[in-house]
Amino acid sequence: MQTIIALAPLVSHRLCLAPPPFPRHRLLCRRAPSIRLPSHRSSTTSFRLLSSFAASRDSEMATEDGQDPRIPKIASSIRVIPDFPKPGIMFHDITTLLLDTEAFKDTIDLFVERYKGKGISVVAGVEARGFIFGPPIALAIGAKFVPMRKPKKLPGKVISEEYSLEYGTDKIEMHVGAVEPGERAIIIDDLIATGGTLSAAVRLLERVGVKIVECACVIELPECKGREKLGETPLFILISSA
Amino acid sequence: MSGNKEEVDPRINGIKTKIRVVPDFPKKGIMFQDITTVLLDPKAFKDTIDLFVERYRDKNISVVAEARGFLFGPPIALAIGAKFVPLRKPKKLPGETIFEEYELEYGNDRLEMHVGAVEAGDRALVVDDLIATGGTLCAAINLLERVGAEVVECACVIELPELKGRQKLKGKPLCMLVEYR
Repeated sequence: MQTIIALAPLVSHRLCLAPPPFPRHRLLCRRAPSIRLPSHRSSTTSFRLLSSFAASRDSEMATEDGQDPRIPKIASSIRVIPDFPKPGIMFHDITTLLLDTEAFKDTIDLFVERYKGKGISVVAGVEARGFIFGPPIALAIGAKFVPMRKPKKLPGKVISEEYSLEYGTDKIEMHVGAVEPGERAIIIDDLIATGGTLSAAVRLLERVGVKIVECACVIELPECKGREKLGETPLFILISSA
Repeated sequence: MSGNKEEVDPRINGIKTKIRVVPDFPKKGIMFQDITTVLLDPKAFKDTIDLFVERYRDKNISVVAEARGFLFGPPIALAIGAKFVPLRKPKKLPGETIFEEYELEYGNDRLEMHVGAVEAGDRALVVDDLIATGGTLCAAINLLERVGAEVVECACVIELPELKGRQKLKGKPLCMLVEYR
């Protein structure tokens, strides 16, 4: 079994960095079952202290000094696939996490423990992988689940928000009437890279008077600086991949 | 006919009333069954999941597979301790995949699954929000059987019985909660 050590900053699958100038022979992990996240730096330097629920402006991670014991197993269950969807991109594949029943349960539990009993009535999830994590969290905390989708998928009346891609723009949509002004929401996605999709989701919900308590992702690619796009909205992540 | 037990469960009517029917979507003549309104009602959503979990928790299901929607499969998988395997349109899954073609009204589409996600001997449940013609579910069954899994049952929230999707399931039982005629 190969141990994969990334020798360069991992590149987002959402194209926020140019491919690193390293020879491709290091990218041998296509068939490796797992990769350690974070990369070559010591694990203690990569995790920051979890403070109180009133989050600071910086990203919060689900670890104390010494880590929540569930995190390493979750991290090791995520497969990184090089050159998908195109050369230079290291794609973080959470489907392998879903095959590990304990890791999947622990992932959901970590979010549920954070958000239960906090008056959150809306869990919004971004298509498509946000739909895998959002509903179990919503069910466990007694909130509604609101899917946020690409255009033309939702059948009823929608409102949309545009966001920038590397080339051009895209939109996300939400059903009119799904949420009400004054509701407290969290927004879930599997990964935050540039923050384009998540920040659009934040704007969309705020436009209809919803208070975004936090954005929550399994993985953050910090070099893509998605945190900055979220402005005042706190971000909570389990794993930082840098 | 399997799944009849659920028809008298008092939770079923609560779920049914939450489904929103949107006429002429995605095109004229189609009465689209919108389940997003079920997801907005925590009790209805929980009841939906509970009904399936109660049915499957003691059946040694090791895999829950869902095609494209992923809304019901993961909560069921978590509750019964099974792996969740998403079946997706082409080019979405990053690793090595196998695919199965199925028919649309005009042309074909493909459903893909990651190689290695399901193993020979796995006992699988296939979940979908709705069964219409049964094309997607049939493709899902084929994918799972090709890798040696046993498909125990298909589970859907809604059935459109007039489209006879049940006949496409290669003899597998179907459990559904709500019929729409």
